[in-house]
Amino acid sequence: MIIVNCQLISKNFGRVVALKNISLDIEKGEIFGLIGPDGAGKTTLFRILTSLILADSGHATVDGLDVVKDFRELRKRIGYMPGRFSLYQDLSVEENLNFYATVFNTTVEENYHLISDIYRQIEPFKQRRAGKLSGGMKQKLALSCALIHKPTVLFLDEPTTGVDPVSRKEFWEMLKKLKKEGITIVVSTPYMDEARLCDHIALIQHGQILSIASPEKITASFPEKLYQAYSENNYLLLLELRKNPGVKSAFMSGEFLHIVFKDGNVDGNIPNLTEIEPTIEDCFIYLMNRIADGAEILPGSAYN
Amino acid sequence: MIPHAKMLNSQCSILTAFVQKEFYHIFRDIRTVLVIIGIPVFQILIIGFAISTNVKDVKVAVFDPSNDEATNRIINRLNASEYFNVALRLNTISDAEREFKKGKTGLIVIFGENFGENLYHTGDAAVQLLVDASDPNHGQTVASYATGVISDYQRELLRETDIPVRINSEVRMLYNPEMRSAYNFVPGLMGLVFMLICAMMTSVAIVREKETGTMEVLLASPVKPVYIVISKLVPYFIISWFIFILILLLSVFVLDVPVTGSLLWLNVFTLLFIVVGLSLGLLISTIVKTQVAAILASGMGLIMPVMILSGYVFPIESMPPVLQWISGLVPARWFNEGAKKLIIEGAPVRSVLKEMSILLGMAVLILTVSLRNIKARLE
Repeated sequence: MIIVNCQLISKNFGRVVALKNISLDIEKGEIFGLIGPDGAGKTTLFRILTSLILADSGHATVDGLDVVKDFRELRKRIGYMPGRFSLYQDLSVEENLNFYATVFNTTVEENYHLISDIYRQIEPFKQRRAGKLSGGMKQKLALSCALIHKPTVLFLDEPTTGVDPVSRKEFWEMLKKLKKEGITIVVSTPYMDEARLCDHIALIQHGQILSIASPEKITASFPEKLYQAYSENNYLLLLELRKNPGVKSAFMSGEFLHIVFKDGNVDGNIPNLTEIEPTIEDCFIYLMNRIADGAEILPGSAYN
Repeated sequence: MIPHAKMLNSQCSILTAFVQKEFYHIFRDIRTVLVIIGIPVFQILIIGFAISTNVKDVKVAVFDPSNDEATNRIINRLNASEYFNVALRLNTISDAEREFKKGKTGLIVIFGENFGENLYHTGDAAVQLLVDASDPNHGQTVASYATGVISDYQRELLRETDIPVRINSEVRMLYNPEMRSAYNFVPGLMGLVFMLICAMMTSVAIVREKETGTMEVLLASPVKPVYIVISKLVPYFIISWFIFILILLLSVFVLDVPVTGSLLWLNVFTLLFIVVGLSLGLLISTIVKTQVAAILASGMGLIMPVMILSGYVFPIESMPPVLQWISGLVPARWFNEGAKKLIIEGAPVRSVLKEMSILLGMAVLILTVSLRNIKARLE
C-alpha cells in the first residue's frame, strides 16, 4: 500500500530551483531513504510533505491526505524531526517530552512503549537541560518527541548529521525497531553508507531524482566494471589516472581510488588493482557524471 | 456534548503547557528577569533619589531699586533664615537671567520702584520672586519659604502700624512653568516599561522560536498557529500586570505619589494599554524573521517614539504641530495622558474616555491585522 505519493512536485525559491518534477511512491511500513548531498532539495521536499511549505506545482498525499487541503488532519498523523536540533534548549529532557506530548494531545504514559527503548537511554538525564545533552542524546530526545503521538509516517530530516558513528549505528537500530511497529519512516541523509539500511532509496541531486529503487537493485545494475587501486600517494595516482586516455572516471573513495575504464578494459600499469562491487556512492557519482554529460533523467528505474 | 467538552479540555491543557513553558523560558534566563524586574524598579528608585525637598542655604540675588527701610528689612529677614543666603545684589534687572544660567542662584527677589513709599502710603507694594524650578519640588519649596518670610514681615507691619498694608508677592517659576514634578514621570515610565515587556520581549520570544526551528516542529503539530502565538502572549500579559502593580506600589511607598483615582479603572485602562503593546509585539513577530530584527523593529519603531513622542521626556504641548500630530499615533502618548489624569489628578473615568477609546481602537486594529498575518505555514 502506498502511503506517501508525490506527483511532479516542483519548487523554486526565487530563481533557485529547489525541486524539479519530483515523483515518488513510498510503501507503508518501509524505511525510505532520501540520499543526496547538502543543497540537493531534501529539506524542501520534507517541508512540502509535512505541509510546512507549498509546492509551486504538482501534488502530494501522505496517509491518504492531501498535503495542501487536508493539512490540519495531516498534522495530527505525522511525526517530523527537522534537520536542526529543534527542541527547547532551556527545558529539561522531561519537560520537552511532556510539552510535545501535550501539544500532540496525548500523554507520555499513553505511548511510552513506543519510545521506551530510546527514552530509557536518556532517562538518567531527564532533569538535564536539553541544551546540555551530547549530540547523540539530543537526537534520541528529538526522536522521542517526534514519536510520542504514534505517528503513521515519521519524517526524519538528516537525523544522523553531526552525530558520532556509534550513535549513528544505534539510531538506525532504533529505526528498524520502529519499522516493526508499523511506522513508515522517511529519512534523509547525506551519508551514502546509510543508504544500505533503507528498503528503498531515492538518489537526489540539484532538486532532481537520479534514481529510485532498493539499494541492492541500484548497486546490482551498475552498468560498468568497477576497480579499486591504491598507492603510497593516492593523489599523484589520481592525477595520472585522469590523464590516462583509457580511464573513463577515477575518484577517491576513502583510502582507495575507484576506477572505471573505457570499454571495460584495464589500461596501464596501476598498482594494487582489484575488481570490486560498486557501492551506493559509486552509483551516485556515476549517475551524476552521466547527467553532467547531458543524459536525460528518467526516474522510475535504477538506470535507464 | 462530550467530544466537544473533551476538545475544550485538551485545548486548555495545551494552553497551560504553553504558558508553563514560556514561564520556564523567562525565569531561566537571568537577563530576561533583570530586564523585566530591574528596569522598572531601578527607574523608580532613580526618580525617587532625584527628588530632593531639602532646602537649605539657597543662594539669593536681589534687585532692589528702592533700597529703603522696608526692602532692607525683608532682605535681612531672608538672610537671617536658615534657608536663604543673600549673596548678590543686582544692578540691572537683565542680570537676573544671567545669574540663573550660572546655575548657583536659586531665587531672585525683585522689588518694585519706591517699594517702601508705596507700602506706607498706598498700603500696596509689589515684589516678584523668580524661582529656578528645573527641579520642581525644590523650586516649589523655595517659593513657599520665600513668600512665607515676606508674609511674616507683612504681619509684623500690621502689628506695628494701623495702616492695612499688603505686599503682593508674585512668584514665577522659571524653566519648568508647568511644575512637572517627578511623579509626572511615573505614567511615562509605565508606558516605556510596558512597551519593553509587551512589545519587544513578546516579539523576540515568538521570533526566537522561528529562529531556533522549534516553530517548525510546532507548526507541523495539530496545534493551530493562532493558539501557539496567543499562548505566548498570556505570560507577558500576566507579568505586565504584576509589574504595573509593582510600579504602583513603589510609586506610593517610595515616591509618595498620591494615587487618588479609582484603582479599578486605572487597572482597566492599563490592561487596555498592555493589550495594545502585546498586539504590537505580535505584529512585529509576524513580519520579521530574526530576533535581532525584532529588537531593532521594536526598539526603533516603538521604544524610541515612546521616549520622544509620548510626553515622557518632552512635553507634547511644546512640540511643533507636525510632531504633535505624529505623537497621536504613539499609543503611549494616550496612555501617558490618561494615566496622569487617573493616577495623579485622581480624575473620574469619564475624563479619560477619549484616551480609552483611542487605545481600544488601536488594540482592535493591530490585533486584527496581526492575527490575519499569522501563517499556518513556514513562508
